[in-house]
Amino acid sequence: MSQRVDERVAELAVFPGTDEPDTEPNSKRPPRVLLLLAVLACAIASIPLVYLLVRVGSSGLDEIVAVLGRPRIPRLLLNTVTLAVSVTAASVLLGVPTAFLLARTRIPSRGLFTVLAALPLAIPSYLAAYGWLSAAPAMQGFWASLLVLTLVSTPYVTLPVMAALRAGTTGLDDVARTLGRSAWRAFWLGTWPQIRPATLAGGLLVCLYVLSEFGAVALFRYPVLTTAIQQAYGSSFNRNYAAILATVLVLLAMLVVLAEQTARGRARRRFGAVTGIARHRIAGLGRWTAPAIALLAVVPAFAVGLPVAVLFARLFEAETLRALDPAELGQAILNTLLLSIGGAVIAVLLALPIGALAARYRGRLVRAIESLGYLALGLPGIVVGLSLVFFSLSVLPALYQTGFVLAFAYGVLFMPKAIGAIRSATAQVPTSLEDVARTLGYGRMQTWWLVTARLARPGIFAGALLVAVTAMKELPATLLLRPTGTDTLAIELWSRTDVSAYGAAAPYAAALILVAAVPAFLLSGAGRGLGRGGAS
Amino acid sequence: MRIFRRGLTISAGAAVIAIAMSGCAPAGDDAATPPTDAAIESDGELTLYAGRDEALIAPLIERFTEDTGIEVIARYGTSPELNALLLEEGESTPAQVFLSQDAGALGSLANADLVSKIPAELAEQIPAGFTSEDDGWIGVTGRARVIAYDGDKVAEADVPDSVLDLTDPEWSGRVGFPPGNASFQSFVTALRVLEGEDTAEQWVEGISGNDPELTEKNGATLDLVNNGQLDVALINHYYWYEDAAEIGAENMRAQLKFLPGDAGGMVNVTGAAILAPAEGDPDALAFIEYLVSEDAQQYFVENTYEYPLLPGIDAPEGMPALDSLVNAKLDLSDLESLEQTQELLAEYGLL
Repeated sequence: MSQRVDERVAELAVFPGTDEPDTEPNSKRPPRVLLLLAVLACAIASIPLVYLLVRVGSSGLDEIVAVLGRPRIPRLLLNTVTLAVSVTAASVLLGVPTAFLLARTRIPSRGLFTVLAALPLAIPSYLAAYGWLSAAPAMQGFWASLLVLTLVSTPYVTLPVMAALRAGTTGLDDVARTLGRSAWRAFWLGTWPQIRPATLAGGLLVCLYVLSEFGAVALFRYPVLTTAIQQAYGSSFNRNYAAILATVLVLLAMLVVLAEQTARGRARRRFGAVTGIARHRIAGLGRWTAPAIALLAVVPAFAVGLPVAVLFARLFEAETLRALDPAELGQAILNTLLLSIGGAVIAVLLALPIGALAARYRGRLVRAIESLGYLALGLPGIVVGLSLVFFSLSVLPALYQTGFVLAFAYGVLFMPKAIGAIRSATAQVPTSLEDVARTLGYGRMQTWWLVTARLARPGIFAGALLVAVTAMKELPATLLLRPTGTDTLAIELWSRTDVSAYGAAAPYAAALILVAAVPAFLLSGAGRGLGRGGAS
Repeated sequence: MRIFRRGLTISAGAAVIAIAMSGCAPAGDDAATPPTDAAIESDGELTLYAGRDEALIAPLIERFTEDTGIEVIARYGTSPELNALLLEEGESTPAQVFLSQDAGALGSLANADLVSKIPAELAEQIPAGFTSEDDGWIGVTGRARVIAYDGDKVAEADVPDSVLDLTDPEWSGRVGFPPGNASFQSFVTALRVLEGEDTAEQWVEGISGNDPELTEKNGATLDLVNNGQLDVALINHYYWYEDAAEIGAENMRAQLKFLPGDAGGMVNVTGAAILAPAEGDPDALAFIEYLVSEDAQQYFVENTYEYPLLPGIDAPEGMPALDSLVNAKLDLSDLESLEQTQELLAEYGLL
């Protein structure tokens, strides 16, 4: 029997898509255990925020006023907000058409282009920025940062929207057309509401990413809050000043998260069974094929192709090419893999209760827990790193400077990326199945483990992959927390580009891109597998 | 779906193993044991936080280990980051020696009572003015402030002999520097001490109103000059030599001008400190001793073109003598003064 449209629409593959469950919003209070676990996870994720409050608290009100009154602060604020808004807008403008082309048109070599669309996830922003700077040394300031950050963060929008489109229907568009609307208006009325939550969620990730981003904007000499924070830690030896600036950043992040929640809230509409069959049309492109391919090729070529090409060109030009030590490279690859997998597991563990809570229950408390979880994503890595130094030395000194604390830092930093995937995957599981399990005598936890978690596994796995690929590129927290003597690929790459040993950096950059490309590849393909496999 | 399920189980298992292994990843020393009153025995091991390039320090450390047999566990990073880390770690730091690229960082540690005094017989080896006033740290090498100018566009005769001239309108939009950089801030502090607070304030006001190019790092500023995008840069001398080693001196578009006798030509020092928990540790003392020995000083001269601070070692060729760039009346780690400098820079929108 064909599925109802609203159920199909809710079957979103792997990413923050619509969080609309195919059940009535649950007005019951969530079970105490789940709430407790979610609050605990939230508390752990808030460690950096607590650290900030402690530091800010130790400076007097006078100092806070003095710092915020510096002439440079308004300019930094303006720059930060402008950059965040522009990059988000540009990513959406680029990402949604890309997703549409990949999911709803007959594009040749669709598989290849899908993988290419996800590939920029494997590139650290500072590497892309460095590549562009080498090719065009005159690049600097706002436009350069906008360009590179958009290129690197477009997949955050493309992938969820693509999943939403794959699961969606064009039936509503057709109805609108029969009522006399134009093609664009029909799209706006029919398809856009289906992909709007996915777009919002992707946009949220991009916005928070730009707020916390440091590497690329520093290379392009565009002054934003994060560069000032880094400068403050580096030169003022007064960590309170840096903490005050970081708090401003957190407040900005909070505004963004609240805005997304408000916008998402209004999108809570159910698509009634308008058409009996959920199906979407794949459009042919005809003479638009070549421009479409050009559009699809632009982002990967400039985000990935250019930096790689530039680094290898430098390889043959540099006079002091240090001999490559394969053992060192191998060790760095191993460390990167272990630490990012560890971080992904911790992130998923933390995100599971929060995602499960947000998927099934409504209410202020649930929203608050979810928002708090997202805030850490807006913090620069150096703040998170220092907060965990502080925390681990106070609470668990024996673990300080071990790999575990670093993996924990990754988990805390990137947990929000897993929340969205887990939330939508859990929401997709019909509660009727859970009810059946309960009537058969299974307890709540058993039901969750045997039914919900099992069905939501692809989404959970995808959340873990997203965290892993981001953790592989992470730099500032890694610099602070890594065990002495342990280096990841990102560290090795950074330490070489930092002293202009570009030739020696090339092999590490290549290794990083290759290693991170694996989860990126899986992320692009995972959605397809689910669409066919369904809930088996 | 079955294959997927199996794959998922395998990866879950792998993840558990990964966490376990990463938890056992090589750790730094255990939480530092509290210093005892009795003399600390040498344990043949030294934990070093090195705020300098790994490629530079690693060979030096190897030589040290060959000479003394002491193993060194080195943590590399930038001096500001390692300084922030040390301040955060406080007394529980696993590190015993901190090798820093600037004196301000060392001064901040001394201020926070996180260093132990360098013994007099070591500290005396470095002339006053290039090492700490209270023996909290010891200077290792010197780096002169210079003007790097675009050799293609600007003639050497046109480059001023004093930084004070750079506030003239003719240099508007042509000067660049990293205001967040410790060396730059030390230079502004030197300006305040040597020329007086009023002159310094006038200079900061003038330069900030002269449309300067603000950068993050000295190396990047030099790159701008080398690419023809900037005419004049205020940097440390040795960046030029590093670049020249990479691409060849004849290919360098930027040229250097030293400023003897001017505040703009002052000498910053790199230095090392023994951290408080390692007070009296023979391994740490051995390392400090090695850093100011002829062997290490000569190594720095040959590999970084920095000034050796040990009297009797020749400076790299072609550079003016250290005496002509002397830092009279200047305490390089005077932090209170550094904070005032930062406030001054912030007042005129540079920080």
